[in-house]
Amino acid sequence: MLHEVRAQPSIGPLRRREVLFAGALCIFGVALPRAALARPSLEDAIRSFTGGAAIQAGRVRLAIPPLVENGNTVGVTVAVDSPMTGADHVTRIGLFNEKNPQAEVAVFRLWPRAGRAQVSTRIRLATSQAVAAVVEMSDGSFWSSDASVIVTLAACIEDLS
Amino acid sequence: MSRALVSVPTTARRGEVIEIRAMAAHLMETGHRTDATGTTIPRNIIHRFVCTYDGDEIFSAVLFPAIAANPFLAFTTTATTSGVIAFSWFGDDGSVQQATAEITVT
Repeated sequence: MLHEVRAQPSIGPLRRREVLFAGALCIFGVALPRAALARPSLEDAIRSFTGGAAIQAGRVRLAIPPLVENGNTVGVTVAVDSPMTGADHVTRIGLFNEKNPQAEVAVFRLWPRAGRAQVSTRIRLATSQAVAAVVEMSDGSFWSSDASVIVTLAACIEDLS
Repeated sequence: MSRALVSVPTTARRGEVIEIRAMAAHLMETGHRTDATGTTIPRNIIHRFVCTYDGDEIFSAVLFPAIAANPFLAFTTTATTSGVIAFSWFGDDGSVQQATAEITVT
């Protein structure tokens, strides 16, 4: 982009503005993909899940082993203290991690007829890190719990060779 | 393409909370790995799971690459009527895996 501009030697005031604009575009053009590559933080991912609402501690039990040998498959259970009635139930459960290439792990959608607010799955952990569960209730309140996991054999980073 | 495995009790009392477990055979390629030549292996995961009970959605999930291969999900529902519990897994490549289980409620 800059080369094209330089090929024209008559740089008046307007031309200079264009050059500056082109320069700015180049900087943004380079900076944007880098910003896109850097993963959003755990806090950013949780904020986009809650829409910025306040999160309270409690009501959520996140069961995950504190020390795992194999990060490729780590059992996780999220249980929430909720009567699961039409008036008071869990609507969403979000699972997030701190240091994987992507902060989100899963988002579960629940209804009152679940009977119990409990979900289990198996996740990948790229390295030792924190895992967080954020729960949305039917009244719009958010509750969370987090846990630290030490991983001795990491997931995600191995190459196929 | 691949197999799905579901676990649903065959009988239940009305109002009983039953546990449902579902697993699909899937590599869950994260899109973060490289092959021997250094090329990134494109992402191919199951990104959505839906479970219905007599046509009504009772549980669904949006999954990300951090879910382990052969995605496993366990959740609960209240047994209401005898009927079919259906499971669908939606893959990045457009594939849909399906499974069903029948439950008799007394």
